Amino acid sequence: MAARNIVIETISKIEGNAGLEVVVEGEAVKDLRFKITDYRRFLTVAARGKRMNAVPSFLSRICGTCSVAHLFASLMAIENSQGIEVTEQTKALRRLAYDGLMIRDHALHLYFFVLPDVLGVDSIFDIPDDPDAPGHALLRDSFDIKRLGTDISNATVGAAIHAPYPTVGGFLKPPDHAKFPELLGRLEAVRPQVLRGIEAFLEWDASLVRNSDYLCLRNEERFDFLDGDVTDSNGERISEERFKEYLQYVQIPHSHAEGYRFSGTEEDYLVGALARLNLNHDVLHPRTRADAADAVSVFPSDNVYHNNLAQAIEILQCVDDAIDILNDLRVSEEKPARPDPRARMGASLIEAPRGLLYHSATVSAEGIVEGYDVVVPTAQNQINIENDLRYHFEQNLDKDDESLRLDAEGIIRAYDPCMSCATNFLKMEMTRR
Amino acid sequence: MGQPSHEAGGEGRRERLVVGWFSFTCCEDSTILLTEMLNDHLEGWLRVVEFRHMKSLKTNNSLEGLDVAFVEGAISSDSQAAEARKIRESAEHVVAVGACACTGKPSTSRNQFEDEQIDERIRWYLEHFDYGVNVVPLDEVIRVDDMVRGCPMKAQAFLQTLEKYLKLYEVA
Repeated sequence: MAARNIVIETISKIEGNAGLEVVVEGEAVKDLRFKITDYRRFLTVAARGKRMNAVPSFLSRICGTCSVAHLFASLMAIENSQGIEVTEQTKALRRLAYDGLMIRDHALHLYFFVLPDVLGVDSIFDIPDDPDAPGHALLRDSFDIKRLGTDISNATVGAAIHAPYPTVGGFLKPPDHAKFPELLGRLEAVRPQVLRGIEAFLEWDASLVRNSDYLCLRNEERFDFLDGDVTDSNGERISEERFKEYLQYVQIPHSHAEGYRFSGTEEDYLVGALARLNLNHDVLHPRTRADAADAVSVFPSDNVYHNNLAQAIEILQCVDDAIDILNDLRVSEEKPARPDPRARMGASLIEAPRGLLYHSATVSAEGIVEGYDVVVPTAQNQINIENDLRYHFEQNLDKDDESLRLDAEGIIRAYDPCMSCATNFLKMEMTRR
Repeated sequence: MGQPSHEAGGEGRRERLVVGWFSFTCCEDSTILLTEMLNDHLEGWLRVVEFRHMKSLKTNNSLEGLDVAFVEGAISSDSQAAEARKIRESAEHVVAVGACACTGKPSTSRNQFEDEQIDERIRWYLEHFDYGVNVVPLDEVIRVDDMVRGCPMKAQAFLQTLEKYLKLYEVA
């Protein structure tokens, strides 16, 4: 068979830099490399020597889109190291801000990155400004949904990106609770728009089914991104102390990011909204479960494209959760808890929009950070993504190269990967021999 | 900043300003902020701006005939520097966007690392890929016409800069 080289310069609508190289010999995939090509900034190393109270804000710069996730994970790791128990009000405000993050972040991915695939167009710029055009209503919905998520963050933590109010032990400044009644009204008003999005992603028939193991946080009381125990597909609970040893660090020669797999079985696994819906669909908010019943019934699912549907459902979950919080919340003035520093290591495990996020901090008796470690979701998904792509290529070598390229983009995009946490390009090189 | 060149982009007057948006080493918070600004500005901007290169939102991108390139992020390697120079050659004007592009920080953190901070794991990455000795802001690699500062960029400053170029190119 004649050699055939295919180079695709730009696959976009993902967050960060990545590449894909595929070598096909005859009827077999000889080599496939999913490469994360963002240059590392080693911010966790740069955090060493800084005062512990300054580190969370610094590390929120790991990521533009989910900066609030890194901020909160860092706050919680340092608080755990210092034995600080935050108030119920702080917990509620963090939950509310996190709902805002999830609403905005998921909506960006679903409507700005994935919706063009659903519609078969290049980008949102190609959706005509015509109310009868396909996608027109969904795109306008997305503006309202994203804006609402951002405004929740603005009112609660001061900004959606690199939020200034949260600090170790609580808040530097109280939320702008005068805005809460208006937000409450908008949350109720946006529900039909969110449900329209869920319907659109439920109807999309894209599919890649491969056996996968899942890992996520689980709280028996409710669907929770900040408080729970890590659980796997078999129901095994993994404590924060055991988390790092439960995973096997894998240095990937062709990638700037490390990969992870289970240390016991050396198998890949998936984190993110699909994992959360698969393992936690029974604890979704009652209104979400009732109003999105058809979509929720899809889970558990092994179709990686259902990560998109899972995110759409999570937007509704966060809307309903935020409504509850705003109905119950009575904000009083509180000072952040600031005991004298103690020498100790502390860790946190929370759900970032793209999956499990681990932070750990080692603090000196003087309150200086001496060591810091982070495990991000996309690094955990990296091996799974590569194996999904390999599986898909092996099953579909009869397809033409353009179709395979589009499929590869769609599969990678379904994971909502966050390479250095925003968007650049994926260069795919495919060689047929 | 001079008048727009008639050689690179044709006539000075435009029906739409031709814009590119690029990212190098950073957390890409300004890109995210831009996508938020689209909530309010998409329809208005599409009447006066053509986003010809924007990998964050488009698959089909082109470097040809850019009036203004907005560039986010610091430069970490020779290959990124070469890419930046290519953007400079393709665009009449280049605007650095956000703290990493304008000042290098915080992406330049590794420039200050002492030897003892560079453990085996970090060294592997530095040696295995084409990391430059130092991370540098954009204007150490190419000429920059304007800066939109902030971490993320200040939205109002971005709007003012965009407006400036719309006027410069007499876009209605």
